[in-house]
Amino acid sequence: MANKQHMVQVQTENNENGQNYAIEMRGITKTFGSVVANKGVNLTVKSGEILALLGENGSGKTTLMNMLSGIYKPDEGSIFINGSEVSIDSPEDSKKYGIGMVHQHFKLVDVFSAADNIWMGRENPGFVLKNERHSAIEALASTFGFELDPRKKVYNMSVSEKQTLEIVKVLCYGAKIIILDEPTAVLTVQEIEKLFSVLRRMKEEGHAIIIITHKLNEVMDISDRVAILRKGEYITTVNTSETNEQELTEYMVGRKVDLNIDRPVVETTRPLLEVRDLCINNDEGATAIDNVSFYIRGGEILGVAGIAGCGQKELCEAIAGLRPIKSGQMIHKGDNIVGLSPKQILEKGISMSFVPEDRLGMGLAPSMSIVDNMLLKNYRDCKGPFVDRKSGRADAMQVIKDLEVVTPSADTPVRRLSGGNVQKVLLGREIKAGPNVIVTAYPVRGLDINSSYMIYDILNKQKTDGVGVLFVGEDLDVMMALCDKIMVLCHGKLMGVVHAHKTTKEELGLMMTGALDLKDKYEDKPAGIAKDTRFGEQEAKEA
Amino acid sequence: MDKIGVLTQFVYNIVLLNIPLLYGTVGEIMVEKSGCLNLGVEGTMAVGAIFGYIFGCYANSLGVGIFSAFLMGALCGLIFAVLTVSLQANQNITGLTLSTFGLGIYFFVGHSLKAKAWPVMNDYAGVSEGFQGIQIPLLSKIPIIGKGLFSHNILVYLGIVIALAVWWYLNRTTLGLRLRAVGENPAAADSVGINVKRMKYLHICIGCGIMGIGGYYMGLNMSGSFNSSCWINGYGWIAVALVIFANWNPALAILGTFVFGFFNALPVSASSLAMAFPKGLGWLAAIPSQLYDALPFIITAIVLIATSIRNKRGSSGLPAALGLNYFREER
Repeated sequence: MANKQHMVQVQTENNENGQNYAIEMRGITKTFGSVVANKGVNLTVKSGEILALLGENGSGKTTLMNMLSGIYKPDEGSIFINGSEVSIDSPEDSKKYGIGMVHQHFKLVDVFSAADNIWMGRENPGFVLKNERHSAIEALASTFGFELDPRKKVYNMSVSEKQTLEIVKVLCYGAKIIILDEPTAVLTVQEIEKLFSVLRRMKEEGHAIIIITHKLNEVMDISDRVAILRKGEYITTVNTSETNEQELTEYMVGRKVDLNIDRPVVETTRPLLEVRDLCINNDEGATAIDNVSFYIRGGEILGVAGIAGCGQKELCEAIAGLRPIKSGQMIHKGDNIVGLSPKQILEKGISMSFVPEDRLGMGLAPSMSIVDNMLLKNYRDCKGPFVDRKSGRADAMQVIKDLEVVTPSADTPVRRLSGGNVQKVLLGREIKAGPNVIVTAYPVRGLDINSSYMIYDILNKQKTDGVGVLFVGEDLDVMMALCDKIMVLCHGKLMGVVHAHKTTKEELGLMMTGALDLKDKYEDKPAGIAKDTRFGEQEAKEA
Repeated sequence: MDKIGVLTQFVYNIVLLNIPLLYGTVGEIMVEKSGCLNLGVEGTMAVGAIFGYIFGCYANSLGVGIFSAFLMGALCGLIFAVLTVSLQANQNITGLTLSTFGLGIYFFVGHSLKAKAWPVMNDYAGVSEGFQGIQIPLLSKIPIIGKGLFSHNILVYLGIVIALAVWWYLNRTTLGLRLRAVGENPAAADSVGINVKRMKYLHICIGCGIMGIGGYYMGLNMSGSFNSSCWINGYGWIAVALVIFANWNPALAILGTFVFGFFNALPVSASSLAMAFPKGLGWLAAIPSQLYDALPFIITAIVLIATSIRNKRGSSGLPAALGLNYFREER
């Protein structure tokens, strides 16, 4: 790659083959008030190439792409498409120039069918019969190896189907340049494989593809070149074949990062929380958790692995007292906590932090400041009818300092923070209360490497302090490195509990899909019941 | 009066008295489908009523009256659109303000004209003749229903035609599909290149214009003198509720109008119905008139409760982004 600076000066738009770039962005700057989201960013993509755009949370990747999709307009800089300078003022313009973006939060009309979602954006569609529309869309989808039912309503679709629809939609509008913003964050391993094979096919057809992702293994797998942003600034572009994960991380973070996750050895205590024969229904009244038993000792991290939606959420909610259980027992230090209110459970020292898919949905009030969010949990300690902001502020400052939360001030509304910092605030508040059991679900969801490692460190710190941690996660590599034991759920059923350092990814994968059931291996005592239980035979009989 | 005559008159009243509700409802459906909640139906109808009436009389033409009522209604819509779409004002407050504003205009213009030269409809043959009933051949010969449903003035038929046309527009045309997309998820509509602002402006203005015609009809129906308690008389508010009853479906709005119309026409025809059918309906005369006056509003409350219970996903016509202003660069 030639020297970028030089290229800008001589105004050459050609790459080494003498062919125009599909997209060339030069010196792009964008500010929101006093925040600089992008500063002098240069980016090039060729046709028939997959470019990965890499950067930490809040490094301005999405902002940069939104300037291509017409949502924002750059303050400075110029954009060239196939060699000629263009001005993209609206999504309409962007579509005209053949740019199609699949946003992280899908832009679909829920009550419309797939076909209507595509049809609403067609230029001069005229009167085409519904059946003909459907077959046209089906035909287009199948040429790229997609399966799409044009009649299906969006609200009945799975996340992966919605994404398929988004991609077919932009292809249908004739997009030659396709941008995908964190497409893999919500997909399963199999779905990611399928998506990547489609992307490779689109690349062969001559499409230019930009993909935003945090996951380095995916970057290495799919991309031809990698462009890296750090804090809104352009760092460099490298060829994927000439780099490695360690180097990319250094570009991204700006310093050396140890990619190994620690697993400190801690002396464990007797089980803190024991769950036996637990059955829970989901919102629709179907069984979400079916006869599950497990226990958490102080000083260990118990991982919960499973395909998304196989009861993890219901399990967390039941432990926190937010969801009534159907049958079974939950024993904390010998006391039954079934039927207690969330407040009573909290007072026993069991805290929950659940990070849902939209990240802000549970646990924090988005428009309230960090201080006020701290107060949400400890306002009861205040004497009299007035709120004691002083202690809340002290807590907030402590969390900001300890967890390195990046925020203008403690009074900034939480929704203004970037995702990683929001999650740090959530976890920080839970730890502040000094719990002895922490239930945390997807604490690193959508986080970049640096923030993720910070969260792992926080959890390890708690573990060495003798706290029992229930860690509901997605990434098997992380869970195998961080957790002491992993329990696997499949459609709400317990498939067994394994030691993280003895198991393999393949074994976990088989258990997650229900192909392998290790419960049978425990003949004298069912899986998930401790030998030194606090929960005696007597109590079990009575219950 | 004979029994047939009483029944005919009752059916006739149901239609005659309540078509303004249909205009208001259909207009509001069009506005709400663009994602804007306009609570200013009452004010918009009042503006349409007074200006339609005055311009119609001065031009001595019903057509001019209809057209100017539409135009003045659309002007109210334009004010609403500038405030909520361009300036991002709160829709509820803007709508309520528009209601007060429209009624204020009505009284201001009405009072100042009454002192000088208030037009009386009967003096203007062009308007009064245009407002005569039109007998639809064959259909109007059917007993009871014929006279009751098919011998109305032109504005009644126009209202039905507009309702059906709006239904067809929303559900069968690409532009209607785009409008619904804007009301459901403006960000999605924007991302596929639909001009969200233009769609909102256009449909708010057309919808409010339709409300204006409804107001004009009401004015004509209430005889030729300026009414100091306003001709619209709360119909605008019932129309807002009827939109929910009709589940944002203009065709269902016709049905909804007549269901409400039944209770609206009951007090007018109650005594004659009681006299004609002393055995079956004699009790109608015993009900105090205050209860009759309250009936449409009681029914409104019941309907709102019933519709909020029936809330299956996908079956509700409620636009998901109703009441939310859209700003593309919002983060």
